[in-house]
Amino acid sequence: MRFKTGTFDAAEVVLTVRDLSVTLPETPGNPAVLKSIDVTIRAGETVCLVGESGSGKSVTSLAVMGLLPQALRVAGGSIHLQGRDLLALSRAQMRDLRAARVAMIFQEPMTALNPVLRVGDQIMEVMELHTQLSAAERRRRAIAIMEQVHLPDVDRIFRSYPHQLSGGQRQRIMIAMALVLEPALLIADEPTTALDVTTQRQILSLIDELQQKHGTAVLFITHDMGVVAEIADTVYVMKQGEIVEHGAVESLLRAPKADYTQKLLRAVPSLAPRPARAMGGDPVLRVEGLNKVYGGGGLFRKLPVAHAAKDVTFALSRGRTLGIVGESGSGKSTVARCIMRLIEPSSGRIMLDGADIAPLSRAALRPHRRKLQVVFQDPMRSLNPRWTVGESLIEGPLNYGTPRREAMAEAARLMGVVGLPEDALRRYPHQFSGGQRQRIAIARAVMMRPDVLVADEAVSALDVSVQAQVLDLLDQLQRDLGIAIVFITHDLRVAAQICDEVIVMQRGAVVEHGPAGQVLAAPAHPYTRALIEAAPGRAWDFQNFREMPEVIHAEPA
Amino acid sequence: MAPIPQPTSAMQPVLRALRLPQFGLGAKLAALILAVIVLLTLLAGWIAPHDPLAMNPMVRLQGSQPGHPLGTDNFGRDIFSRVLIGGQLSLIIGIATAVVAVTLGLVIGLVAGFFRTADAIIMRAMDALMAIPSILLAIALVALNGPSVGSVIAAITIPEIPRVVRLVRAVILSAREEPYVEAAIALGTPMRKILVRHLVPNTTAPLIVQGTYILASAILTEAILSFLGAGVSTETPTWGNIMAEGRQFFRIKPELILYPGIALSLCILSINLLGDAARDMLDPRLKKRAG
Repeated sequence: MRFKTGTFDAAEVVLTVRDLSVTLPETPGNPAVLKSIDVTIRAGETVCLVGESGSGKSVTSLAVMGLLPQALRVAGGSIHLQGRDLLALSRAQMRDLRAARVAMIFQEPMTALNPVLRVGDQIMEVMELHTQLSAAERRRRAIAIMEQVHLPDVDRIFRSYPHQLSGGQRQRIMIAMALVLEPALLIADEPTTALDVTTQRQILSLIDELQQKHGTAVLFITHDMGVVAEIADTVYVMKQGEIVEHGAVESLLRAPKADYTQKLLRAVPSLAPRPARAMGGDPVLRVEGLNKVYGGGGLFRKLPVAHAAKDVTFALSRGRTLGIVGESGSGKSTVARCIMRLIEPSSGRIMLDGADIAPLSRAALRPHRRKLQVVFQDPMRSLNPRWTVGESLIEGPLNYGTPRREAMAEAARLMGVVGLPEDALRRYPHQFSGGQRQRIAIARAVMMRPDVLVADEAVSALDVSVQAQVLDLLDQLQRDLGIAIVFITHDLRVAAQICDEVIVMQRGAVVEHGPAGQVLAAPAHPYTRALIEAAPGRAWDFQNFREMPEVIHAEPA
Repeated sequence: MAPIPQPTSAMQPVLRALRLPQFGLGAKLAALILAVIVLLTLLAGWIAPHDPLAMNPMVRLQGSQPGHPLGTDNFGRDIFSRVLIGGQLSLIIGIATAVVAVTLGLVIGLVAGFFRTADAIIMRAMDALMAIPSILLAIALVALNGPSVGSVIAAITIPEIPRVVRLVRAVILSAREEPYVEAAIALGTPMRKILVRHLVPNTTAPLIVQGTYILASAILTEAILSFLGAGVSTETPTWGNIMAEGRQFFRIKPELILYPGIALSLCILSINLLGDAARDMLDPRLKKRAG
């Protein structure tokens, strides 16, 4: 693993945050959101702020931009940008500074761009507000910066609206807007979190390239340790509004001092596949030639057909986990929803315990439903907010005639299994954290004693440390109950941790299928190789604070 | 884990909205005025000093005097008693319209939102209903059935139903995509139960708000219909009827229209203010956007 090893002692200090405290003045107790934090960034340096949700990393960036939400107030400390005290500036002065001296890019470029303006005009608008340049000069500069961010066919894209561009292209436009006035500081708040890994890789290298070219200081906010390893010069680790540790990236990853940093690094799942388990017996779930086609109808002429899933075939035995990995739009969720019969498969067979459930009517499907349960990505929305946890848990068993008292007793027992107190049954979902809610969702699925559990991105919305706990829980339940798991994920690290077998999907088709060890360590298909190569920090073994003992080979086996 | 286990339920936002201390000053005042109006009209039978229909030619078109606090009309009837009793029918028609429109709208909206095949047909029928002006419908119904409370309620209710249907359908359409509904399907919950237990509670809050607006507009429409002579028979006092009759003597005695007009305005204003307050309480996002 090659880290960035620049030294910046000689470089100009761009941003100094000293003793900065931010509080919630209107909340009783006046709780602190940031507790006297110190950050220094020099020209050309990339500083990564890492931490889990709620650690205060985004608040830090908003404080620097002077964009704190109304409920928050700076309670003490100072922020200096190139020697100017930002906290002393008026609103108008701060507005002049933004974009010109300090710029920001966000996680979701679709919402950060104005959907009704052409992207070229949006780039030119930045210059119109902050410079006296002529229209022709503005246009020339806009085109020049769009070329610098490597957008193809610049003339066409200049005239495009945001929805006509891909996610990666939109993020490039955001970067172009941020850098067109050559600010001294670029703040990037999770700029690649919403992107696929291959696109993420391109955006990261683009930011790096432009930073080299312009000598910009970058404050990069992320929760992804892999990204940190790839791009950081200096790392600040945040927890609950405090900086618990900071240092050069390599020394921090090699010898983390704070307990929290160690815990955070240990929670990063390894890309090295876990040891394969013994093959199971007869498959409990067998999918044969599953297809899902959209379109193709049309009253007068045939409409174009979109294959969301093409000839998907696999078999899964009890106690084993099959991972379906792929980027957005690859059809992995379509497959999951077809298996669950939440959408109707166009053709193919879904053999569950020997019975084909694909052609069954809704009524005929009911007896089979309980063998097949699902856990969704978003634990906020997968539990009815108006129901107590207990009501949600016993909904399924009641549907199949279990007496209420019996179901409640089982629910109470399962709360213990998933590590929640029994009185959780009387509470409502909003009283729990995301990880706890996901445990509840898992408990609800397990209440049905299913043969197969479909987990659709079940840990993607969770922080890494919570992710690790939920993965452990799934593993334990699988060992105790012999459930077969279909695990849908875009995250190769997670897949490597829990899957016995992996299917890689691209544009609806299965491109590679095999034991996890083989697919992830010696991928045969170019797309799988591209995916693995794009995984940030893949050469670093975060859990053991060292290089991967044997770097995963991206070359064909 | 959250430290304060607070009781929540489907009715919680409603209860919260009804807890007056959380309302602003305007809404509290509105609640007070409405309470007074409702109480006065409810107890009108006891409070009213005279029979609202009793004519007394000896005291025609009198001003305020002992025994007739608001004076008398051109037949010598006591205006105060007439306004009180008139309020009864106005409020009954308003409440009946709101209840019927919300109930029917909820049922039709649920069907349209949940069963895709029925959706297009129902919504086109609703579009057609929406095109009927309530005043025209009332004139037609009164012409067919004669002036009656039932005709007036039907005439005001029918054009309101599509609005409720649209609202319920929109709520159901978005709620049915929620993962917890899909989870319920996976748990083998029958469709009927999903509809009643998972989806309908989502409509409670918007329907309460919509209901208050219907209530206010129904009272107003009833007054308009009575004023035009297309409403309840002229012998029965309603705010609209009283104003319609007072029209002829408006120039010499404006109070004939003024007092029922004030009652009507205060009533509608306070209902609307309460509706706004309920909306802010139940959907804080709208409040922010408006402010």
